[in-house]
Amino acid sequence: MTGTADKARIVALSRHADRIREHIVNMCAGAEGGHLGGSLSVVEILTALYFAVLDVDPRHPSAPDRDILLLSKGHAAIGLYATLAERGFLDPAELASFGTPASRLMAHPVRSVPGVELPTGSLGHGLALGAGFALAARLDERPRRSFVVLGDGELQEGTVWEAAMGAAALRLDNLVAVIDRNGMQITGDTEQVCPLEPLAERWRAFGWAVRECPGHDLGALVDTLGSTPWQPGRPSMLIAHTTKGAGVPFAAGLVQSHFVRLSRRQHMRAMAALSRARRKAGDD
Amino acid sequence: MTDPIVTGGASVQAPVDAEPRSARLAYRDRLVALLPDHPRLICLDTDTGLFSGVEFGPAVHRYVNLGIAEHNLMVMAAGLAASGFTPFVNTMATFAATRTAEAIKIDIAYNALPVRIVATHGGLSAGRLGPTHHALEDIALMRVLPNMTVTVPADAAATEAAIEQAVGLPGPLYLRLGRKPTPALPPTAQPPRIGVAQVLRTGGDVLLVCCGPHPVLASLAAADALAGDGTSAGVLNMHTVKPLDVAQLCAHAAGASLVVTVEEHWRSGGLGGAVAESLAEHMPTRLLRIGVDDAFVTLVGDHDALTAHHGITAEAIVTRIHRALCRGSGNRTPRTASSGPRGKEA
Repeated sequence: MTGTADKARIVALSRHADRIREHIVNMCAGAEGGHLGGSLSVVEILTALYFAVLDVDPRHPSAPDRDILLLSKGHAAIGLYATLAERGFLDPAELASFGTPASRLMAHPVRSVPGVELPTGSLGHGLALGAGFALAARLDERPRRSFVVLGDGELQEGTVWEAAMGAAALRLDNLVAVIDRNGMQITGDTEQVCPLEPLAERWRAFGWAVRECPGHDLGALVDTLGSTPWQPGRPSMLIAHTTKGAGVPFAAGLVQSHFVRLSRRQHMRAMAALSRARRKAGDD
Repeated sequence: MTDPIVTGGASVQAPVDAEPRSARLAYRDRLVALLPDHPRLICLDTDTGLFSGVEFGPAVHRYVNLGIAEHNLMVMAAGLAASGFTPFVNTMATFAATRTAEAIKIDIAYNALPVRIVATHGGLSAGRLGPTHHALEDIALMRVLPNMTVTVPADAAATEAAIEQAVGLPGPLYLRLGRKPTPALPPTAQPPRIGVAQVLRTGGDVLLVCCGPHPVLASLAAADALAGDGTSAGVLNMHTVKPLDVAQLCAHAAGASLVVTVEEHWRSGGLGGAVAESLAEHMPTRLLRIGVDDAFVTLVGDHDALTAHHGITAEAIVTRIHRALCRGSGNRTPRTASSGPRGKEA
């Protein structure tokens, strides 16, 4: 870990990340299961954004100058709901309703959930939405920034690159994208299904300022995402290298973790593993 | 559609001699005029060329050419609309409605955002550009979307009125325009209002329900020709296909022995489909849907030639109505409440 974020702050962020992971695991133990792997891989990215980078206020989720966060990889909705609950946008008790008929917590983000700006989940839309918010902010001379979290498999959608070109052409340096580069999609490794590499070079070639960092390193994420724009006149792209299913040993690094309904036993094993990890980190 | 032209002896003339005007240019000029005084309006373009050479004055920052990228256009427009802007987005109808249908569905319609989708080259107006540029499916695709308003102005003046009304209209709007100049409709006491069908002729035997420049002009001329036969035909300019003005449709269809829809669209799912759905539910009535047959239009021709080939002319409409009335009465000659047996059948 490098950078200026002090240690105590990182410890505090880690606690948030731990609780977000527990919420995710609990939601995947519900009747319908959930997108476990891609929600666990994005935990530190969302934690860094919501607790150290974004200018948002849970008491005023529609404040005009708030920063915008769009989870373009909307199938990681439970990761977003867990983060919003941990940040105070939702009562954490509501998470238990995930996927049940009376709940507003759908498997893809919906606008009725405080803190969700727009519904996402159809892959390939988030970046252009973020570009729209960014252009609006520039026209309105607002300090607002737009952050878009993309999946890596999602980059196979051509519309991502249409938006990438458009945002660079408009010199939207108030637009920041993060790729949750867990390297996997439903049927296998991204490089086997439809290769994305050389990913950083591709984004640079499209006119973006590009950085990479370990995607579970809160200090690195905070430092990197907290210092945008990295180049005036260019949108920023952070490729965050992550592990699908991170934090749950029997799911980590496995393609099969994409969508899981945890059995009671798996649920207990997952929670025990998270608890052990937390103790090891000296948190308990 | 190659029905022979039979008019029953009536003269079939264009209803007016006004100088044709381009709805596309009328839209452009009205929007450019509105921009300075409406700071929340923004014009997003996809390199259409429609705005080339236009002076935007103090609103210059609110004209943005995004390049040839229609998906990006629709989704960025949603982001802008979610930020409080009212974007007017510009592309051709087939790219607007069909290429980007999912973006419109999810990012615009689902969120009920006030994006104005201005779709030029509607119907067959792209003429010789061919099926890649014809849009004969767009009304069907757009009207099925919740929250969407779909309107097809019939001339330049109606387009200008629609643009004015679009500024404050809640939710998204799909505005279908043509390409080249078309004649003005005859002046009416009732100016077009989005959502309200425009009564152009009243009549009891047949009700013509139409939208768009060629269909409305042809319907008016057909109604005149039918009057010469002694058949009373009403004409309803159903410029707004969604929400459909069901009240006026039913009010004017009441007592008619035949309702005829005329549109520049495949016969499935467009105005004819919308009218069929409403009549079937509220007032079952014999229905004749005139439009483009279920095939790609590969004939090389200009807009007028292609619409004529597909029966969107007064002559062909009259012929189809005569045939339908004959079939309905069990005779080879049309018999209507007011006319008795008259006219000819090919």
